[in-house]
Amino acid sequence: MAMKFSTEDFKERIKENIGDDFMRKAVAGAQERLHTRRLDAAEELGNWEEWRSHGEEIRQHVLENLDYYLHQLSENVASRGGHVFFAKTGEEASRYIKEVIQKKEGKKVVKSKSMVTEEIHLNACLEEAGCEVIETDLGEYILQVDDHDPPSHIVAPALHKNKEQIRDVFAQKLDYDRTSKPEELAMHAREMLRKEFLTADIGITGCNFAIAETGSVTLVTNEGNARLVSALPKTQITVMGMERIVPSFEEFEVLVSLLTRSAVGQKLTSYVTALTGPQGEGDVDGPEDFHLVIVDNGRSRILGTEFQSVLQCIRCAACVNVCPVYRHIGGHSYGSIYSGPIGAVLSPLLGGYDDFKELPYASTLCAACTDACPVKIPLHELLHKHRQVIVEKEGRAPVSEKLAMKAFGLGAASNPLYQMGSKVASTVMKPLTKNDRISKGPGPLKAWTELREFPAPEKERFRDWFTHHQKEKGDGKS
Amino acid sequence: MSGTIQNRDAFLANVASSLGRERKQRVERPVWKFQPQHHVLKDASQEELVEVLRSQCRLIHAELIETSLADLPKRLAAAVNLYGGGPLSLWKDERFSGFGLDELIHKQWPAEKKEVNIWDPVLGEKNIELAEKANIGITFSDMTLAESGTVVLFSSPDKGRSVSLLPKQYIAIIPKSTIVPRITQAAEAIRGKIEGGEVVPSCINFITGPSNSADIEMNLVIGVHGPVKAAYILVNDC
Ligand code: SF4
Repeated sequence: MAMKFSTEDFKERIKENIGDDFMRKAVAGAQERLHTRRLDAAEELGNWEEWRSHGEEIRQHVLENLDYYLHQLSENVASRGGHVFFAKTGEEASRYIKEVIQKKEGKKVVKSKSMVTEEIHLNACLEEAGCEVIETDLGEYILQVDDHDPPSHIVAPALHKNKEQIRDVFAQKLDYDRTSKPEELAMHAREMLRKEFLTADIGITGCNFAIAETGSVTLVTNEGNARLVSALPKTQITVMGMERIVPSFEEFEVLVSLLTRSAVGQKLTSYVTALTGPQGEGDVDGPEDFHLVIVDNGRSRILGTEFQSVLQCIRCAACVNVCPVYRHIGGHSYGSIYSGPIGAVLSPLLGGYDDFKELPYASTLCAACTDACPVKIPLHELLHKHRQVIVEKEGRAPVSEKLAMKAFGLGAASNPLYQMGSKVASTVMKPLTKNDRISKGPGPLKAWTELREFPAPEKERFRDWFTHHQKEKGDGKS
Repeated sequence: MSGTIQNRDAFLANVASSLGRERKQRVERPVWKFQPQHHVLKDASQEELVEVLRSQCRLIHAELIETSLADLPKRLAAAVNLYGGGPLSLWKDERFSGFGLDELIHKQWPAEKKEVNIWDPVLGEKNIELAEKANIGITFSDMTLAESGTVVLFSSPDKGRSVSLLPKQYIAIIPKSTIVPRITQAAEAIRGKIEGGEVVPSCINFITGPSNSADIEMNLVIGVHGPVKAAYILVNDC
């Protein structure tokens, strides 16, 4: 899957996705659950702001000194017997990985979730070379089995599918004959994939954080697939975006605490694994051969610019989970593997304005994303900067905000997205309000209100509304 | 044996030039302005940490069994029976002996026709096969994090990664003395080892309950690729 997965234009994608009722319900439900869990987890720490500031200072320091830490990392990987390949472009990275696999005469590749390998089109490259490539994260596996359906969320890639759809896909492609119960579906995936893990020659993983001081790579999962990918095949290849690095275990600890809380509201996920080099002397499991591929692919062009802070990102999706626009249009509308606010900032930088110039307009600039970000990336400011750059470059906006909002199926003035995000007086909504709730509205509001009964945004901003709404709902935890 | 490094100089020169400066040869790790991690559970007693661990275990779907040292064999035997018996996969770890489990492992279980496989580097790949067909994997916890309910496992030739991963279910024996407030203390301990000249184990696992996924409609499913159930046996060794 390339970074860009759709040739349809932005408006077409949005139209298609807004029509998908299940998708929109799923997205709204997931946003709420994840958001609530994140708030709970953050609240428990007491001083969340201090944690965020610490996360920010660590990430800023690393970016400022990135050459030093990457050098240190590579020295320490090599001293433990691992091989390091620095790849300027995605093609270079893919070519190197393909060559390693061919040298090993590898046929079967098992993969744990990695955004950067999608960004560099790795699977297609390996499949062309005759390898069988199997995604093992449950969500990614479902998408792969369903003829490579693109991901719609950076943490929960199959969010847009319901369990009946998944059952049908499994029945069609995997001769599955049980029910649509998530437990049974997951158990089937476990059985199918266990065989693959045991017979694969090559394991490919992403990297949540590399640790410079020890030459370690770390993997954060709940399912345990990354552990299997790194314990069983004889060759392990880990692919990392060059910015995903921390100085030592002490900074790693802080960032992993921020990541798991922000992504899924857990204090730690079921498995956090720190791997250093290939298997040690006398070890039985773990890879005999370990390769670390460090990928630039456009990142160095962001360094030193006003967009540098986007490289602080730890891919937690907290910004996605609070975004009212994402909630409405869903992940596929972005047309990039990176969706939501982070996708709207990052995609034009990595993939170019030509393909992604509408994305900075897929925002109400309400700042909910910035407030949610555990490493304090000023996302809404970066979106605003993008718009300035685009206007400067093209002399005019490719889509005006008004038009973009129209493309979401909503009239701009009465758009509740705006009402939630800013303290704009909500007089236009008054006629539709009964008992402080907006019920199904006519015209432009219809698409939105059908999504769910929304409380009137009156004076509340989105996050106030959210807290309020959660309280109203009782504990509502999952 | 040292590994290879390719394309480094050009790559890092480009990074430095993007940052608008020459390459840096030396960077001191800063003294951080913010250090909130040290305040979490700072003055908690060992008893209070146990209480935190207890309540966390409920959230992570891990069963917590508390026992005295004397009752450990009995409680472990019962837990194994509850999970459906053998085959069992164990680390080669002198702590089993030190905690009085020799009799159970070498006499009682074999007498009950429970297959016991102890990880042994001499057996090579066979270990993995045995772990894969095991019903339960059993290890000690090297460090235990109260806040998150996490057991930390350091791998070694005798302590394969597969034992806590491939069996259908997993039991961790937690000596109470291994409990620390949170992952902060584990990170410090690991750095301390390095500074003391030890090499970092090839694999450090932080394990928090059984494997799970919420990838299907955000419904929590317990048991995906790793163990489908997990129990912690907390032994009072203090
Ligand atoms: S931008 Fe911030 S909130 Fe969004 S994914 Fe990255 S780290 Fe998480």
